[in-house]
Amino acid sequence: MSTKMKINSQIFQDSNNTYFPKTEEEVSILIKEFYKKNLPTEIVGTNTKSFIGNKTQTSNKISLSKLSGIIDYFPEELYIKVKAGTPLEDVEKALEKNNQELAFEPIDLGFIENGKTNKGTVAGCLSCNYAGSRRFKVGSVRDHVLGFQGINGKGEIIKSGGTVVKNVTGYDLSKLITGSFGTLSILTEITLKVLPKKKFSNTIVIDVEDHKKIYDLFNQISGSSSEVSGAVFIPNEPEDKNYKKNRDQIFKFNDLDFKGPFLAFRIEGDKISINEKIKSLTEELQLNTFRTFLLDSYQSDPFWKKINNLELFEKTENNLLRIVIEPSNGSKMMKYINNKFKYYIDWCGSLFWIEVPAKKNMKVKEIKKMAIEFGGYLTIIKTSPDYDYDETIFTVDDVRLMISKKIKESFDPKRILNPGKMYRGV
Amino acid sequence: MTELALPKIDKKIIDRKDEIVKNLSKISGSDNVLSHPDEVKPYETDALAAYTQTPLSVILPKDTNEVSEILKYCHKENVKVIPRGAGTGLSGGALPLQDAVILGLGKFNKILNIDYENKCVVTQPGVTNLGITHAVQHKGFYYAPDPSSQLACSIGGNVAENSGGVHSLKYGTTTNNILGVEMVLMDGTICRFGGKTLDQEGYDLMGLICGSEGLLGVVTEVTVKILKKPQVVKAALIGFPTIEEGGNAASDIISNGIVPAGMEIMDKALIEATDNFSKAGYPRDAELLLIVELDGTESEVNELLKKVSEISKKNNCSSLKLSKNEEERLKFWAGRKAAFPACGAMAPDYYCMDGVIPRGKLAEALLEIKKLSKKYELLVANCFHAGDGNLHPLIMFDGSDKEQLRKTEEFGAEILKLCVKLGGVITGEHGVGIEKRELMCEMFNDRDIQQQLDIKKSLDEKNLLNPGKVYPILRKCAEEGRVHVHKNENKFPDLPRF
Repeated sequence: MSTKMKINSQIFQDSNNTYFPKTEEEVSILIKEFYKKNLPTEIVGTNTKSFIGNKTQTSNKISLSKLSGIIDYFPEELYIKVKAGTPLEDVEKALEKNNQELAFEPIDLGFIENGKTNKGTVAGCLSCNYAGSRRFKVGSVRDHVLGFQGINGKGEIIKSGGTVVKNVTGYDLSKLITGSFGTLSILTEITLKVLPKKKFSNTIVIDVEDHKKIYDLFNQISGSSSEVSGAVFIPNEPEDKNYKKNRDQIFKFNDLDFKGPFLAFRIEGDKISINEKIKSLTEELQLNTFRTFLLDSYQSDPFWKKINNLELFEKTENNLLRIVIEPSNGSKMMKYINNKFKYYIDWCGSLFWIEVPAKKNMKVKEIKKMAIEFGGYLTIIKTSPDYDYDETIFTVDDVRLMISKKIKESFDPKRILNPGKMYRGV
Repeated sequence: MTELALPKIDKKIIDRKDEIVKNLSKISGSDNVLSHPDEVKPYETDALAAYTQTPLSVILPKDTNEVSEILKYCHKENVKVIPRGAGTGLSGGALPLQDAVILGLGKFNKILNIDYENKCVVTQPGVTNLGITHAVQHKGFYYAPDPSSQLACSIGGNVAENSGGVHSLKYGTTTNNILGVEMVLMDGTICRFGGKTLDQEGYDLMGLICGSEGLLGVVTEVTVKILKKPQVVKAALIGFPTIEEGGNAASDIISNGIVPAGMEIMDKALIEATDNFSKAGYPRDAELLLIVELDGTESEVNELLKKVSEISKKNNCSSLKLSKNEEERLKFWAGRKAAFPACGAMAPDYYCMDGVIPRGKLAEALLEIKKLSKKYELLVANCFHAGDGNLHPLIMFDGSDKEQLRKTEEFGAEILKLCVKLGGVITGEHGVGIEKRELMCEMFNDRDIQQQLDIKKSLDEKNLLNPGKVYPILRKCAEEGRVHVHKNENKFPDLPRF
C-alpha cells in the first residue's frame, strides 16, 4: 500500500509525493499523520515564490493550489475572506469589479522567474509579507490581514483575528503568521482588509542624480501631507556585461522623453485633489528648479505596475537582494553602490533592490554588513545558479533566533512545517 | 460584582516578602521599592476600579538593565510580576495579585530621540500618547492613534493593549503605527524587534507583542511613526429619523469609496443625554446622529463632504450641518466626547461595553440591544465608532441594588455575545484583561486558546508575567464585570472616555 493510501485515499497525491488537499480537513489529516510519523513537509501554493529561502530537506510536499475560492466578499464591510490557495489575481479581479483593491500592492515575482506575470496565491503573498510601492503610506501585507485559520504542526485547526479592523481579542497571531514562510502554520482561510481604489493616479518624474538631492526629495515627500503613495529612484544601468540592459525599454512612455536617472513619485485620487496636491508639492519640493515630466493615469498605472513586477530584473540569473534600511542612511548606501550594481530604490528611500552578478557572490556579505550597519536587514531573494557562498538568506540576531525557535516550537514542536526554510533549527 | 477567580496565591512568597523587598532594593534602591500598605495603595487597581488587590510590593526601575535584573531575580525566585504603565486600562490588565510585584514604568518618562528624517520618535514607554504629539507638533507632525485617554495613557500601555481611537479606519491602531520595540522577557533577556525601518524580516515579534496585554514581556522602549498633519479637517453632523436610515447612510459612505478620518454614531438616548450635558446643539428629534470627519486637501475635503451630504439626503436625513470652521468642528465633537460623563449624570452607575460588529449590522445590533434593554428593564445609550465597527453601549443602573447589578452584568454579557453572533468580536480597544477573560470562549475554542497559551509558555514557561489575565481561568463563560463607574467616580475622572 502506498503512503497515499495509508493517509487518506481521498487526498490526491502525484508521483513526486506532492499532496493536493482540497479541504481544510484534508490538510489536517495529512499533518496529523506526518506528525505521528515525524515526516517533515514542504508547503507551497503555486510555486511562484518557493525559490525564496533555504531548501527544505523534505520528502513530502503539500500544495495548496486546490484549496481555492472566495468564501465571503463584502465590499461595504471592506473585507474579503478566501481559501488560502486562491490565486491573488482572482482576488484582485473580484475587487476591481467593486472599485476596490489590496492597498498594499502585492509584488509580482513572476517576472524575475520567467519574464511574465504570476502573482501566485494569497497564502504565498502572506507568507512572504512583501508589499509594493505603496508600503510607506498604507502599511505592509501584515497590516491588511484581519484574521486567518490554519493548521499548526500538530495538525490542529487554529484561528485568530476576525473580519473587523479593530480587534484586541487575544494575541494578534495574524501578524506573526504573515512573513513566516509557512513555518508556523499551513494557512487555510485568510481574511484581508480591502480599500477603495483611487480613481486616478499621476506620476511626476524628476531628472535628478545627486545622492543628497535625491534623499532631500525623499525626505520632503515622506514628510508632506499630500499623501504621496509611491516614490522610487531609478538609476542608470551599470556598464557591465553581466547585466541585462532593459531599463530604457521598460520605462518607455510618451511623456517621458528622457534617458537619465530619475526619481518618480505618485499621487492618487480624484482629478481635482491630484491637481491640488501637485500644486502644493511643486512648491514644497521646489520642483521648478528641476526638469520634470508628468505621466497621466494611462502612463502612471503601467509605470507602477512595472516597478512592482520588478521588471528591471526580468529572468535574472544573478543574485537578487532585497534590503530595507533607515532612509536617513540611504545616500550612504547609494554612495557605496556607486552604480557598480544594477539596482533601484523604492518605498521613498527605504527599500533597495540590488542585483549582484554571480561572479561577485562575495559582495553579498559586504552588502549585508552594510544593511545591518544602516539599521536594516537584507534578504537574498534569489541566488545565482552557482551561488555557493555560505551566507544566510535572512538577517537575524542571536536573541531573535532564540525567540523564533521558541515560537516555532509552540506551533510546530516536531518541525514538520517547512523546516529550515528560514533559519537552521526553525 | 461576581467573585473574581484569580491565580492561586503562593503563600511562601508572601511569607518571604521582607527578603524579596530587600533584594529588589539592591537592584533599584530602597527609595524605588514600595511595600508599606499606604505606599502601595494607589497601585491596587487600574481604571477597572471595581476590582482591587493589594500587591506584595511595587518597584519603580529607572532603566532597561534594572528591569532585566528585576525580572531575572523574580524568574529565579518564582515571584509573579505585573507590569504597569499609567494604570488607565479599562479591562483590569494591571490588576495586582497579593503575591506579585508591580513593575511600574512611571520613571520611563523621557522621549529619547526625535528623528524627522526617518519620521519617527524613539521614546520610553511611560511617555503619554499625547506627549509624543506635543513633542513634534511644532513641526506639523503628530502620532496618529488617539485613544480617548491619550492625555494620560502611556505609549507602553498603548503597545500592550494595541490601543485604537476614533481614527482607526484610516490611520490604523497602535500596531500599524509603531516601527520597533525594546522588550525584556521574564527571564531577563533584553530583545529588540524592529527599529527605524519599515517591516522586520522574520517572525513579526513586534506584531505579537502589540496587544499581548503585558503577558509576554515588559516593553522598555518604543519607536513610533509620526505623520504630517492633514492640511484640512472638516466634519458633518447629520440626523436621521430612524436607526435603519442612519445605519444605511454610514454603510453607503463606505461603499461609495469614501474612507472618513472618523465616523461616529450616537443613538437617541445618547443624543439627549449628551445634549443636556454639553449643549452641543444636537438635533433632539433624530433617532440617530452621525458625525463624519474628513481630512485631506481643501478641495478634496469639500468634494467628499458634498458626496456625504448627497448620500445622507438619499437616506432621508432629517438634519445636516457642515462645519464652517475649526471651532464648529470641535463643537460637533463636544457632545460625543461628553458621552460617558453624560451617562454618569443620568444614573448612579454605568457599565461601558466594548464590542465590535460589522458596520452593516449596526441597525440590527441597536434594535436587539433595545429589546434587551426592555427585557432587563435597564436604560442603555449607544455610541459607535462607525468607521471601524466599535460599539460602546453604556448600561445605566444603580449599583446599590444588587439585583440591578446582577441584571446589568447579564445584559452586558448578552451584548458581547450578540457582537460575536453578528460576526464581530468581544473587544475592539479596551482589551480582555480580567474583565472579558471568560468570554474568550465565545470567540475561540479550546485549541485556539491552547495555541495562544503555548506561545505564552514558550516565552514565560513558569507563567509569572501578568498571570490570570486574558485567558479563561474557569474555561467556561461566566458573566464578569464591565467598566463599572459609580456616581461618576471614575478612577481618572478628568479623562475623557469615548
